[in-house]
Order: sequence, then structure tokens, then C-alpha cells
Amino acid sequence: MNDVRTIPVLQTAKKSRFSLRKKTILSLCFTASFLIIITIVGVLCSDTAVTTDFTQKNFAPSIEHLFGTDWLGRDMLARTLRGLSISIFIGLGASTVSAVIALILGTMAATLGNKVDTVITWLVDLLMGIPHLLLLILISFALGKGTFGVIVAVALSHWPGLTRVLRGEILQIKEEDYVKIAQKMGQSRCKIAIKHIFPHIFPQFIVGLILLFPHAILHEASITFLGFGLPPEQPGIGNILSESMSYLSMGMWWLAVFPGIALLITVILFDSVGSNLRKLIDPFSAQD
Amino acid sequence: MKLEAKNITFGYKKSKTILNDVNLTITESERVALSAPSGFGKTTFCQILAGYEKPWSGQILLDGKPLPKKGYSPVQMIWQHPERAVDPAIRIGDTLAQCPDLDPAVIKGLGIEKDWYQRFPGELSGGEIQRFCIAAALGKETRFLIADEISTMLDLITQSQIWHFLLSETKKRRIGMAFVSHSSDLTDRIATKIVAMEKE
Repeated sequence: MNDVRTIPVLQTAKKSRFSLRKKTILSLCFTASFLIIITIVGVLCSDTAVTTDFTQKNFAPSIEHLFGTDWLGRDMLARTLRGLSISIFIGLGASTVSAVIALILGTMAATLGNKVDTVITWLVDLLMGIPHLLLLILISFALGKGTFGVIVAVALSHWPGLTRVLRGEILQIKEEDYVKIAQKMGQSRCKIAIKHIFPHIFPQFIVGLILLFPHAILHEASITFLGFGLPPEQPGIGNILSESMSYLSMGMWWLAVFPGIALLITVILFDSVGSNLRKLIDPFSAQD
Repeated sequence: MKLEAKNITFGYKKSKTILNDVNLTITESERVALSAPSGFGKTTFCQILAGYEKPWSGQILLDGKPLPKKGYSPVQMIWQHPERAVDPAIRIGDTLAQCPDLDPAVIKGLGIEKDWYQRFPGELSGGEIQRFCIAAALGKETRFLIADEISTMLDLITQSQIWHFLLSETKKRRIGMAFVSHSSDLTDRIATKIVAMEKE
């Protein structure tokens, strides 16, 4: 048994030129810049979106009007882009407010003791029990509809899910050995929160915020479609779709198909931004 | 100085008492070995001694006074699982920096290398992380050290290096010690007193 051999060991693993991480970063940059461009172009063509031209009524899609024109001669491409940018702005406002509410309530539930925790958990369950759409319509209607109503309604109805996630996350980290050890090292509660707890919930928070986006956009479009959202003069995607309903039977399919697909693609893109970002900043998958 | 555990009773569930009326006194020159089979509550007792768990009844007294609630605790514990004792999201150097007034001799004595500071715990081995944990527990104000199977994950050479250092350091600074180890050789070599925990 004295036959000992040594085997050379590779000290550094060879890296492939395109690691999964690089691919994720690339696709993240691509989707994010695409969404930003849509938003900017949408803002730039806000005038074109509402300009009527009766010489160009009811045109089917062509080179000049890629998405066709509607019964007032408005260019559907411009209207769709404008609608998307409105949706994105509303989504941004609503999901940020929503995520901040979730952060505050989640932290309160996890740190302020049993009674506060019970109340907040009860609230979360209560709000999750009511169908989203119903709640959205109620709040938006109570606030007199319009952009403000939509933002508040979406913001107030989307925080429970993220609150639950953040509460659980904080509760778990609070029990970790290293947090207890930090206390014995004389670190103050505030320092522990900033140094040990916040970095762990930050990925959840950011990803949660971005994954709220598609929800917010879809819900904005759906309550506008049902007539409880944006005022009719604003070319939101919901308005475009609901107006097109009466022209569909006349064979003007392009009024609904293109804006609908555009909305779908935007939502999917936001979803992919969210999941790519999670892949990047979640400690458990960051090394892939 | 002495660390006293007076009439400690504790359990995790109401229905099951793990420690019943335990008494132990450690003086500053003593190194007490706690010995018992698995599941007898050695780790639990260590955590109570270091103030991590609150006993159902009884007290932990340091020179007749309860342990201070704030600031660097004079009773420091080194945990069995170093990977869980450090925050995986921050560099190990920052974890060590939580310990105020660290003596550079401690870092040298434990064989900690400078370029480890910039690494995350995931990039270090268990033994390397454990050295940081030991260093952080040996601040200037440490009077008692509770070591819960701190060397089970180390190879023999590292084990002896670390125990040699701990022995000379605790002797020099008159730090009292309670430790758990399953190695009877180690216990014989280090301990001045052996406390065996038994079933009632």
C-alpha cells in the first residue's frame, strides 16, 4: 500500500467565453433598453397619437402605417406606442408605491412583535382573499377614476404578495446564527439591519418590484378596458382595445390585434427582465 | 472572575425539559470540558452560558452580575458550524471588523492570511472561516470563551495549531473556558476539569 501517486489538479477552472452569467446580463440589457426605447418613443409621438386625418381613415396595415389607421385616421402605431408608454409609467408609479408599502409592512410585521404581525398577516390574507379586479374597480371608482385613481388602485391592491415574501425572509434571517453573533459582538440593531438583513432582502425587493410591473400593466389595461380606468381621451392600451370592439365586426382586425400583441410582448419582456435580474443578484444562482 | 450557571432549567418545547437544575462554575484559570453523548444538550448549555438562549429559570452570572445586554459580550461563544456563523453576503474581513480592538497577534497566531480578508465565506474553507470566528471571539474584553466542538471540521495539523494557540492565549490573558469535544485525547490535554452530563 505504499504506491502513492500524485495527480495534478487544475487550480483555476477554465472559463468559457460566454458564461451563463454573461448571457443573462446581455439579455437583461437588451430587454431593458428595448423597454426604455418604447417608453421614450411613446412619449415623443404623443401628438401623432391623437392627430386625426380624415383622408387616411380605416387603412389596413401598410408600409406607411405599419399598424394601420382607425376610424378617425389616427396612426395605430403611434397610438400603440403611446399607450404602452402610458402603461409603463403607470406601472412604474404603482409598483414602486406598492413595493415600498410591502417593504414597510413586511419589516414591521417581522420586527415589531406578535400583535403587529398578526394584524398585518390578517390584512394580507384579507386582501389576497378579494379578487384583484374587484378591488381595483372599487378603489379606482371611489377615487373618481382617471390616472390618479388607477395608480392608487393598482398600488393598494398589489402589495400583499411581496409583503408576505419580505416578512418571511426577514423572520428567517433574524434567526440566523450570524445575526445573533453580531449582537454579542456589540453591534446595534440598526447596524445589524443595514449590514446583515438589508443586503439579503434587497434582491427579493428589487425582483419583487420588477415582477409587479407586468401585473400592474395588465391590470391597468383591464380596468381601463372595463371603463373604470383612464379617461377615454388618453390612448391607453385598455382604451384602444375597448374602442376597437365596435369596429371588429366591420373587419378592422388590426385595431385590436397589434395593440394586444404589443401589450403581451411588453408584459413578457418585463417578466424576463425580472427573472434575469433574479438570476443575477440572488446569492443562490449568482455564480452560474 | 468567575462565570456561574445557577439552577438552569431549559427546554425548547414546553413538554420536554432538556436541562434540569444545572449548576456550573468556571473560574478564570479553568478550562472545563463538557462531555456527554449527542443530544444531551451540550450545545444548548453552551448557548445559555454565552447568553444566546434565555433559560426558563435560573441565572447566568458573571462575577455575581447578569451578563451585559449591550456592547461586546465578555462571554464569547465559538460555534460548531463556522459556515452558519458568518454572513455569506459580506466579505469575511467585514465580519471580523465587528470585533472591536482586535489584537494583531491573535490574527497572526491563528494563521489568518491577509488576502483572505477580501473573500466571501463561500470562497473559504470551513477551517479558514473558523479561524476568523475564533479571532472575532478573542476581543480585548473577552473574559470567558465557550467553544462548542470548534475543531471537528479541521484536519489534525490545523487542529493542533489552533488549540496550541488557544491554550497559550487563554493562559496568557487568563480567559476562562468551557469547551465541548468528542476527542478524549484533546480533552485530556486541555481540560483542567471535566463535567459529564448524565441522564437523571
